[in-house]
Amino acid sequence: MASGGEVKLFGMWASPAVRRVEWALKIKGIEYEYIEEDLSNKSTSLLEYNPINKQVPVLLHKGKPIVESLVMIEYIDEVWNHNPILPEDPYERTKARFWATYSEGKCRDAVGKVYFTEGEEKENAIKYLEDIVRVLDEELKGKRFFGGENIGFSDLVLGWMAFWLPVAEEVASFEVLDSEKFPWFASWTDNFLQVPVIKENLPPRDKTVEFFQNYRQQRLAA
Amino acid sequence: MATAEKGLVLLDLWVSPFGQRCRIALAEKAVEYEYREENLVDHKSPLLLKMNPIHKKIPVLIHDGKPVCESLIIVQYIDEVWTNNPLLPSDPHERAKSRFWADFVDKKVYECGTKLWKFKGETQEAAKKEMIEILKLLEGELGDKKYFGGEAFGFVDIAFVPFTAWFYSYETCANFSIEEECPKLVAWGKRCMERESVAKSLHDPHKVHEFVCFLKKKFGVE
Repeated sequence: MASGGEVKLFGMWASPAVRRVEWALKIKGIEYEYIEEDLSNKSTSLLEYNPINKQVPVLLHKGKPIVESLVMIEYIDEVWNHNPILPEDPYERTKARFWATYSEGKCRDAVGKVYFTEGEEKENAIKYLEDIVRVLDEELKGKRFFGGENIGFSDLVLGWMAFWLPVAEEVASFEVLDSEKFPWFASWTDNFLQVPVIKENLPPRDKTVEFFQNYRQQRLAA
Repeated sequence: MATAEKGLVLLDLWVSPFGQRCRIALAEKAVEYEYREENLVDHKSPLLLKMNPIHKKIPVLIHDGKPVCESLIIVQYIDEVWTNNPLLPSDPHERAKSRFWADFVDKKVYECGTKLWKFKGETQEAAKKEMIEILKLLEGELGDKKYFGGEAFGFVDIAFVPFTAWFYSYETCANFSIEEECPKLVAWGKRCMERESVAKSLHDPHKVHEFVCFLKKKFGVE
C-alpha cells in the first residue's frame, strides 16, 4: 500500500464523481480515510475546503484540498507515479483529456436532459443521447478500453456511464444502451465493470436506483 | 489540404477568447505556426470539419497533421511539448489549483458573459449579479499577486486574460463598471497587456464590442 502523507476523501456514496476518484486511489493502492457527507447538511470541513462549489468530492492531502474530480485524478497521477493513469506521450494525453471533457460536458448534459424532461422534449433528449453514445461507440472500435488494453484516464472519467447510465435508464424509463446498435460501447461497459478495482468499488445497485428515483422526483416537482 | 504536413497550424477565429489562449501560449513559447482564420459565419472549412468532427469548433491546433481540440487541452499540450518557459507550476498542488481556476473560468465566464449581451431585463440583471460574483471570486484568488501564477505569467492568466477584451462590451451591454467592482482584476489585465504575447493576441475592446453588436443583430437582440 502506498502512503504519502495523510489522504482524506470527502464523498457521497451515490456520486459517480466521487467513485472515479476512489477508483484512481485504489489503482495506485493509496490508503485514505473516507468521510461520508450528508449533502443536505454539509459539514463545516467540506465548506471550508471547497468554499466555491461546496460540493463533493474533495481530496485532502497533507491538509491541502484539491477540488474537481478530474483535477484530483491528474493530481493523484502526478504525486504517485506508479500504475500510471494518464499516458506519457503528450499527444495521447490530449486524447485522454478530450474524452474526459466530453464526458463532463456533452455526456452529462445529455443524460441530465433525459432525466429531467418528459414527453416530446424527452424523446428528443433520448435521440441526442443516442448520438453521444454512437460517438463513444465509434471511438471504441477495435479497442478494449478507451485507454487501450488497460483502463486509463478516459475510462475512469467516462466510467460513470457503465453503471449510472443503466441506473438512469431504469429510473427515467428509457433505453439507449442497445448492444446491437452500439456493440463496442456495450463490450466496454461489460469489460470496465469486470475490472477488479471497479467491480469492488461500486455502490449497491438497488440503493442507487432508489436514490436517483427520489432525486429525480424532487427535481421534477420543483 | 495540408493535413500530413510537418509543422503547426492553428484553426481559429480572430475574436475568439479560446483561440487567443492558444495564440498566447504559442507566443510565450516562441513557437512558429501558421494561423488560419475560419469563417464560422458562412461555412466551416472541410479541414475544420475533418480535424474536429465531434464539436466542429475552433480552436484546433494541428501538429504534424494531428489535431488537438479544446483550448485548455491545447495549452497544456503546448506546455508539455515545448518545455521552455513553463506555463504550469512544477508543484503538483499548485498545478491542481491552476487547473481548478482555469476550469472555473471555462465553466463560468463565457456562458455568463453571453447572457449579458444576449438578454435584457431580469435575465440580464441576474447575469450581471452572477458575473460580478464570478469576477470577485477570481479577484479573490488573484489577491495582490502580479499574476494568477504569482511572479510568473501562467496557465490561469492565459485562460482568463482573453476575456478582459470583452469587459468593455459586458459593461456597455449590462450597464456596470468592472473597474469599480474589481479594480485589482482590471489592473492585472493591464499588466498582462504589457506582455507582447497578450498584446499581439487580443483585440481592441471596441472591435470586440462591434462584433458583439453584430451578434446581437443576428440574434435579434436590440
